[in-house]
Amino acid sequence: MMRALGWLAALGLAAGLVMGFGVAPRELTQGNVQRIMYVHVPSVWVAYLAFAVAFVASIAYLGRRAAPADRLAHAAAEVGTLFLGITIATGSIWGKPTWGTWWTWDARLTSVSVVFVMYVGYLLLRGMVDDPERGARFAAVLGIIAALNIPLVHFSVYWWRTLHQPPSLMKPGGATMPPVILAALLVNFAALALVGAYFVARRARLLRREAELLA
Amino acid sequence: MIYARRAWAVVWKDLLVERRSKETLNALAFFSLLLLFVFQFALGPDRERLAGVLPGLLWLGFVLAGLLGLGRTFVAERENDCWEGLLLAPGDKSAIYVGKLAGNLLLMLAVEAMLLVLFAVFFNLDLAGVLPALGLVVVLGTLGLAAVGTLFAAMTANLRARELLFPVLLLPVQVPVLLATVKATEAVLAGEPLGAVAHWLQLLAAADVVYVTAGLLTFDFVLEG
Amino acid sequence: MAGGEAVALLGANGAGKTTLLKILATLLRPTRGRVMVAGHDAVREPEAVRRHLGLVAHGAHVYEDLTARENLAFWTALGGARVPAADLAAALAAVELERHAGERVRTFSAGMKRRLSLARFVLARPRVLLLDEPFAGLDQRAKKWLEEYLQAFKAGGGAIVMATHSFGRELAVADRIAILAGGAIALEAPRAPLTADDVQRLYALHAEDAP
Repeated sequence: MMRALGWLAALGLAAGLVMGFGVAPRELTQGNVQRIMYVHVPSVWVAYLAFAVAFVASIAYLGRRAAPADRLAHAAAEVGTLFLGITIATGSIWGKPTWGTWWTWDARLTSVSVVFVMYVGYLLLRGMVDDPERGARFAAVLGIIAALNIPLVHFSVYWWRTLHQPPSLMKPGGATMPPVILAALLVNFAALALVGAYFVARRARLLRREAELLA
Repeated sequence: MIYARRAWAVVWKDLLVERRSKETLNALAFFSLLLLFVFQFALGPDRERLAGVLPGLLWLGFVLAGLLGLGRTFVAERENDCWEGLLLAPGDKSAIYVGKLAGNLLLMLAVEAMLLVLFAVFFNLDLAGVLPALGLVVVLGTLGLAAVGTLFAAMTANLRARELLFPVLLLPVQVPVLLATVKATEAVLAGEPLGAVAHWLQLLAAADVVYVTAGLLTFDFVLEG
Repeated sequence: MAGGEAVALLGANGAGKTTLLKILATLLRPTRGRVMVAGHDAVREPEAVRRHLGLVAHGAHVYEDLTARENLAFWTALGGARVPAADLAAALAAVELERHAGERVRTFSAGMKRRLSLARFVLARPRVLLLDEPFAGLDQRAKKWLEEYLQAFKAGGGAIVMATHSFGRELAVADRIAILAGGAIALEAPRAPLTADDVQRLYALHAEDAP
């Protein structure tokens, strides 16, 4: 089951590469650099999907106190943080040739970074509570607060940046997206979502074995 | 009715303990004064230049004082295992959260009023005309800060790295509140009407509702210790 | 266990006495098995259990900066009860603290703090009292007072579970003894036919050679 998921993810990644490098056209102004979008944008989608899973699993844990829900929340939050890290890194790499700088307080980059820091805090809390049952409870509470906070972060950061200086820089994925680019994006999203699911399943199993070993 | 009485019991007890020991308020008053000195030394005495960053400085002061004050919310409960007693007292535990939150709100507002006076004196601020609008922003922002702070204080009170973990958890969550309050304060101090910052006030109100609701619903799980 | 009965849990350090008390008090969740206290499941309905429960553990659940009267007023109000000042005074008198009602707890001895924490249950009238080493650190007068108090509580139909590793007044109050070793009950017996020496011998047999 898990092995099949792994192969499916690998297959998806291969298809994603073909779509991103082969099928999708070379962007006119930015050239090949723009192809990083096929990792950058899907990975942020996968990250938010993972946080949504962690949110639901956290609520489920507090409701039923079932250890599998806690492990799912833990694994999903970790994978979400990882993919958000990929988003920030690729955004930074993309920013250097296009904006001329590694980092800018662009609204999206900033809000994503704030969410990233929030979930790093979540993982820190996970690591700092000795008693596993208590750690699971606290992490579930934080997982709920963090997820509820994501929309607030987005609105506040967006207004913070745009009300004073309207965005003049080119934004990835504008309103006029050709179908072929959209298709490449979606294929890569599906591929990264499979990778994410595979990671979560693996990580949850590892956490279960750890717990069994300690019990 | 009973719920309100139980919440009030917590407020009454905490205020009484604070009045007897004066630990937190005294220390925070002195801390506020020190902050003003540090700001002046770090940024230079040039008032013109400071005017632009004043709203940010003000909220930096509020947040730093909040990190110290809110983090201590549950320290008194560790004495003589009172924590166990809170847990064993029959009835909805969220009443304890409401009481602790109300107490923290009072404490924070007192410290913030103090800081505001100090700012007015040291930076030559004229607050007379803007006080009602500023008050609204401060109350909305402080409620958000205290709502999450109270919950996280309970969460970290019994952990090894309490002093470290509390700010590390609280600060990222408070980014929306911080951005909204700084921007709104900026506008208010510049003499703009509240209508110009309505969207920020709405965001603050939404954040307050989300945080307080989440706190009420999850406090039970945190108090379990 | 029936009402009006007292059980003494005996055992060496680490035998599981305090853990058992905490599970009964809904402070810990058992890893398996069911716990019924006062007719309610301690895991599923902890609030229902807490309504009938009094716990006197190592920490006396009192605030050092408040007076005895203020402590009592706080804990009863937190429990949701509106108690007239006369009743508070009566409860303090029942635990012989009336002369210290206005003094801060910071100046109290361990025995006075324990009596103050019992005063709460004079008002709340729980059906079950859980006591962890109730007689430890008390002087003779306080021990005598506590023994009489517990006998009266039993006579009123209340049940008592107390953990201890000494063989003093606990045994005088107890109707049954249970010796815990390695987290399990090694022996349970009625107390009445046993002399203090018998208990000592049984204890040595069951509690001390446990793994």
